[in-house]
Amino acid sequence: MSVRRIMGTETEFGISVPGQPGANPMLTSSQVVNGYAQTQPLARKTRWDFDEEHPLRDARGFDLSREVADSSQLTDEETGLANVILTNGARLYVDHAHPEYSAPETTNPRDAVVWDKAGELVIMEGARQARLIPGAPQLNLYKNNTDNKGASYGSHENYLMRRSTPFASIVRHLTPFFVSRQVVTGAGRVGIGQDGAAHGFQISQRADYFEVEVGLETTLKRPIINTRDEPHANPDRYRRLHVIIGDANLSEISTYLKVGTTSLVLAMIEDGWLTDDLSVDRPVTALHEVSHDPSCTYLLTLKDGRKITAVQLQTEYLEQARKYVEDKYGDDADRQTKDVLRRWEQVLDQLAIDPMKLSDQLDWVAKYKLLQSYRDRDALEWDDSKLHLIDLQYADLRPDKGLYYKLVKSGRMQRIVSDEEIRMAVAHPPTDTRAYFRGRCMQQYAPQVAAASWDSVIFDLPGKESLQRIPTLDPLRGTKAHVGALLDQCDTASDLVRTITGGAAG
Amino acid sequence: MAKDGGQQHKQPKRSSTEEQVEQVEASEDVQERKERLDEDVDSILDEIDEVLEENAEEFVRGFVQKGGE
Repeated sequence: MSVRRIMGTETEFGISVPGQPGANPMLTSSQVVNGYAQTQPLARKTRWDFDEEHPLRDARGFDLSREVADSSQLTDEETGLANVILTNGARLYVDHAHPEYSAPETTNPRDAVVWDKAGELVIMEGARQARLIPGAPQLNLYKNNTDNKGASYGSHENYLMRRSTPFASIVRHLTPFFVSRQVVTGAGRVGIGQDGAAHGFQISQRADYFEVEVGLETTLKRPIINTRDEPHANPDRYRRLHVIIGDANLSEISTYLKVGTTSLVLAMIEDGWLTDDLSVDRPVTALHEVSHDPSCTYLLTLKDGRKITAVQLQTEYLEQARKYVEDKYGDDADRQTKDVLRRWEQVLDQLAIDPMKLSDQLDWVAKYKLLQSYRDRDALEWDDSKLHLIDLQYADLRPDKGLYYKLVKSGRMQRIVSDEEIRMAVAHPPTDTRAYFRGRCMQQYAPQVAAASWDSVIFDLPGKESLQRIPTLDPLRGTKAHVGALLDQCDTASDLVRTITGGAAG
Repeated sequence: MAKDGGQQHKQPKRSSTEEQVEQVEASEDVQERKERLDEDVDSILDEIDEVLEENAEEFVRGFVQKGGE
């Protein structure tokens, strides 16, 4: 394996109404989701199919045969909260008190960035639509992870892994990687501690909200390694690694390195390549300490007694990854794998010399440099609300207000994907995963799609009493190569279902 | 990323006059570069001043979220 595997991001966006801190976030989040739904007029209120969702246990075995669900069952399951399946294969819905965009499945880090960035445009458009409603409040959306008053909300990554990999080996080799990767992937935060009561800058938005090493929870006692095992795929072959420790990134390079390096480390774990034990002593405390030191010089203690910085610990993983890719592929490694290795090395080298030089690449450094410039000019202390405002407004999704977007516009942030690609990804699915089938079904047959999920599309067809469920359990099937021609040929959903089921639809 | 502003660390041996000349040029480069960077920082801060929310304290206090995930 390389950096390539099935992966995808999910982001819960911060939402607020200026001047009304008490505004009901479930209501405002619904307004954003429904606002976006209005831009997809063909789609009826498509339900999420919870049939294969088992947040608290392993998924059931899969069934390739067509399943039939009764429509009344689905009505019972409807939660009443807004939910839209998009033509790009993503899911946009209200999760607790936030609008959440779950990107479609992609096969590589670069595509993960493109469809993650597309989510920002989707949320922006949903908010714009919501603001158009007469009498609607001003809604602001933020791609961040904390209100600095004790609440945190997530931006998760998902990676499909081989079921055969022992979970203990994932925990052992991934924990030190997660403790240290924030020096590359952090989004930066003003405030220390869960409620931000202590003053100062730290590298990660999320670090202080993590309290245990391993666990199933995502909202209380958050664990560095989350054990939720809900593969949305054949559970005998796959597990989905649900990563909850990441920050929501705006920088394309931060997201790219986040998913690219993590995918490479997972490949090494799957292949049993990592043998050195890099276990960190008291990893939860270490996670906090690394985050609280933007100079990147804090010394972690490894269980073998060595004391090294987070950058050095990352470099150990980088060196292993270099050897691994060299051993597996030599010069034949794919371009993205080479590119991730090259960028990872360049960033780690620079972090060791002068992190501030990365202010045009990494979120936390860009934010930190901006804050330091304000501190220098205006002699501000870290408790100054202006610095807190800059932290918050960095993640503001309004293009004319968001400071990240300002930096991009003035050429101060490097980019790796184009606006055109992102715009295309708002409307179109990736072509090389099952998201292609889901997205095209929404493009062509939305009025007949009663429900969908990662592993199914359910049709309500004219003249049929029961709903017709098409399982999509294999993430690598339902691609353009598999079903592109089929979808081109089938003018109606009835044609599609008839063709797929061999004309036997009853 | 900012390019190295003409500073060279590994130089073949040269005459002292050449070195002196180089050093003068290098320090001028550094000075110019610093001014350019200062101007750049000033200009971005000016741009950001224009878009920052008006009442920072109230705005930040009003940003209250519920936990998620």
